[in-house]
Amino acid sequence: MNITQIITEIEKSDPEFLQKVDSRREGIKSFNRFVGKVTLAALPLALGGLFKKSYGQTPSGVIDVLNYALTLEYLEAAFYQQGNNVAATLIPAGPAQQAIATIGSHETAHVNFLKAAITGSGGTPVNSPVFDFTAGGLFADVFTNYNTFLAVAQTFEDTGVRAYKGQAAALISNNDVLTAALNIHSVEARHASHIRQMRKANGFGDVKPWITGKDSGIGEVVQASYNGEEITTQAGVQITGINNFSISTNAASEAFDEPLTMMEVLNIVKPFIK
Amino acid sequence: MMNSGIDLGSGDIGILNYAYALEQLEAAFYKQVTDTPYSGIIAAETALLTDIRDHEIAHREFFKNALGAKAIPALEVDFSSINFTDRSSVLATAKAFEDLGVSAYNGAGKLITSPDYLLLAGKIVSVEARHAAYIRDLISNGSFADNTVIDSNGLEISKSPMEVLMTASSFLKSKINASNLPTS
Repeated sequence: MNITQIITEIEKSDPEFLQKVDSRREGIKSFNRFVGKVTLAALPLALGGLFKKSYGQTPSGVIDVLNYALTLEYLEAAFYQQGNNVAATLIPAGPAQQAIATIGSHETAHVNFLKAAITGSGGTPVNSPVFDFTAGGLFADVFTNYNTFLAVAQTFEDTGVRAYKGQAAALISNNDVLTAALNIHSVEARHASHIRQMRKANGFGDVKPWITGKDSGIGEVVQASYNGEEITTQAGVQITGINNFSISTNAASEAFDEPLTMMEVLNIVKPFIK
Repeated sequence: MMNSGIDLGSGDIGILNYAYALEQLEAAFYKQVTDTPYSGIIAAETALLTDIRDHEIAHREFFKNALGAKAIPALEVDFSSINFTDRSSVLATAKAFEDLGVSAYNGAGKLITSPDYLLLAGKIVSVEARHAAYIRDLISNGSFADNTVIDSNGLEISKSPMEVLMTASSFLKSKINASNLPTS
């Protein structure tokens, strides 16, 4: 989509767009500066910044990202709530039950935080979808079999990490929202690390706290959540054996987690939404 | 104190040098840990601490190459306060470094102007968080995300470069000048 088309689209949804931009000399000046400078790939970002200047409020793109994050947090929070409700028969007593309770409480806190952040930014939080954690029977014993439960938990956490990472650039013009998203992102990674250790300790999967290649240690059924993690080149720099250090292909892939796009993540979680 | 010493630089380059400095510190620490393992170390710990060392070397060398001529020089570390033969001394330091690294990347995200660099920082910070959780669980199982690092909203507590460098400086002989870093 070129810049003219983008503006045409915006005018359709907001007929006063150009007028708003026009009426603010600074807005139109910076608009011209942007158009002169930015590459096509950076355009949505540039427009986001322009929106903020023209409208003086949080751009809808940021609210969209927050609602996307909220949807994923609804998924995780509901998953752990249901698991915790049957903890007595699902999760070994002691440290395991405590860990799942801790993780669940964080996910619920994320839901509440994001709802407040969206409302506070002038947006409307989306409602929670209704979930089917068996994914239509794919994980039929998810709340009766500890192995299955931890496999789904690991997949949700690793996917969550990739999902937040995929939106960082879209939030770059809003420092507060970006920082909050980063501060959730690393908590999801801590969860992922712990769940992976739990699976390893129980002999459920030969996994490390970090992701090696694109191996899930679970199976083909969750592969979409791990594809792309095997990358060993970052910003054109080959990490394997970098500067003659003995960095293996595995270590090179583990050292960097990779993002997923919103579309990729929504396809991954779709089977869990009724 | 911050106005003399090795200048990290300004803008995104300054932030990349800041990350490069922290990765230098971490990589040097884990190299020492794997060169002189603490007494009573078990095979699983050796394997994963070696992984972490390699991840930190990968991060350090990546920043060095990405920065090219703008990279700060190799830093001189001061690990005199660490007893590398003692498991609890080593793991306590590892925990401090990993938690510090996560809070540093999270706090620096908003200071980065390039979406590409922001994504790269994001790719690294989640790996540091995975390390942090593992090290914490080695010290005390279940402490992977306790309330010393996570607030009541379930958010990691991030730190500014000044706060981070204050802590890091006690492990560095080299003096860091962060006065040209962006602050917003």
